[in-house]
Amino acid sequence: MPTLRALRVWRRNLESWKRYAPSFFVAALGEPIFYLLAIGYGLGRFVARIDGLPYAAFLAPGMIAFTAMNSATFETTFGSFTRMTEQNTYAAILATPCSVADIVAGDILWAASKSTLSVCFVLLLTALFGLVASPLALALVPVGFLVGLMFGGLGMMVTARAPSYDFFNYYFTLGISVMFLFSGVFFPLESLPAWARAFAWLLPLTHAVNVCRALASGTLTPGLAAELAWMAIVTGAAFVVAERWVRRRVLP
Amino acid sequence: MPGVDAVAPIVEARGLCKDYGARRVVTDVSFALARGHCLGLLGPNGAGKTTTIRMVTCFTAPSAGALAVLGLPTTPANHAAIKAGLGIVQQDESLDPDLSVEQNLIVYASYFGIARRDAAARASALMRFTELAEHRAARIRTLSGGMKRRLMLARALLNDPRLLVLDEPTTGLDPQARRLVWERIRTLKRQGTTILLTTHYMEEAAQLCDRLIIMDGGRIVAEGTPAELVAAHVGADVVEVYLTGAEAEDARAVARLGAGPWRTERVGQVLYLYLRDGEAGARVFGALDGLDFARRRATLEDVFLTLTGHGLRD
Repeated sequence: MPTLRALRVWRRNLESWKRYAPSFFVAALGEPIFYLLAIGYGLGRFVARIDGLPYAAFLAPGMIAFTAMNSATFETTFGSFTRMTEQNTYAAILATPCSVADIVAGDILWAASKSTLSVCFVLLLTALFGLVASPLALALVPVGFLVGLMFGGLGMMVTARAPSYDFFNYYFTLGISVMFLFSGVFFPLESLPAWARAFAWLLPLTHAVNVCRALASGTLTPGLAAELAWMAIVTGAAFVVAERWVRRRVLP
Repeated sequence: MPGVDAVAPIVEARGLCKDYGARRVVTDVSFALARGHCLGLLGPNGAGKTTTIRMVTCFTAPSAGALAVLGLPTTPANHAAIKAGLGIVQQDESLDPDLSVEQNLIVYASYFGIARRDAAARASALMRFTELAEHRAARIRTLSGGMKRRLMLARALLNDPRLLVLDEPTTGLDPQARRLVWERIRTLKRQGTTILLTTHYMEEAAQLCDRLIIMDGGRIVAEGTPAELVAAHVGADVVEVYLTGAEAEDARAVARLGAGPWRTERVGQVLYLYLRDGEAGARVFGALDGLDFARRRATLEDVFLTLTGHGLRD
């Protein structure tokens, strides 16, 4: 189990990140904005309203979920892998009272913090575009944190098993890209056949998108609690597995 | 400090074994390290030094045996408490490349729960101690190998450790940088710091360690003070005889010298004669007539090569 020392690891990551902050903002903001413009407004002009919303407004919460996933995933794959291998940061921290659980928790908390930060910016931007209808959309900020915890943990599992950076190609192509395209970011899943909906239900991003969309439009349903529960279970399981795998790797 | 604590060893290892799968890399290692002493682990690559260090520093659990560090058994429940009192300089560089020299120290101090204000003061003092004060704002990639190693040493001292563990502290450094690190380690010794170190360098071991353990193939093959080890395993003097390369002539010389009251060992074109006492020393000159040779004091390096052999360990 992690202790409060995880926050010291979090703080270390913050200190190291400061000088890279400008490039982070470009990456975190650029992609969702360009998608919103090109797909939301460009392609959206040829698309009918969905659930009574213009296409760009349908797309915006999906983009927010995607942003949260992306920020956390990059952090606990490339970021954590670099710290675990090239920089020997984990070994250095393990020479102190901090445990593997503290390090893994610190890295995942940091990943979720970056998700939250990028969600704030994209949310602000979509609000300026008039794409969020409800004040409930403010709840997307903490939801961004939860989505970050989930994908931070999943990324950490991949990192614990990655022999090299190339290994991440599998996860990004077969995991992240598939989720980006088939989790309901771009089109409502209700229109799909049952088997495709079942497949989408297995994808973590689907649940993140559902939550974000419900909050952005201000439609609270009991189903929302089920979505959050799904995410909580996966988040917890991912942490437990990631901690075990990282421990096995760095403390053989 | 009076009381039980003063006599309890800082490290007490009994019958330590470590298996990785079916491979046993450390076998039946026992030793005690008393407060204020410096113990060196010597051995060729693969001897089990680093694995032993990893067990002492709670990075890996012994497969068998008993191990107590700072008076606590190295069970997972004690890891945080033990590590709070350890300063560890690992073999591989592990500084934070995106932080300055000073930030590296302040961030590292936080892992020990040292408050920021105290951390800044400790960092300043340790940067002076390791002669890094003028580089406080430098990025890690601009530092030389020696400076990085000194910063690793400073980092390991932030928590005022009761045991300092140095895994090959000067490997890869040039002679000047090495001497500066030795000088600092000697200062720490004078201040009463307990030190456990591994090294390949016999000179380093002789300069710094009160006691030495020589390991090979995962086992302890010899133990003692540097002087004891030299006296017990080699003797007083060594004569190196440089053979000519002409087979028949060399064979005669080897046969002649092999008959004397000393141990001989041939390594390629060099024949070593280990002279235990004055009598051997007096008799050897007659036997060396006409040969190219050099006579010198026996060193730890002779002990090391005698015990672990001349074959390469890769």
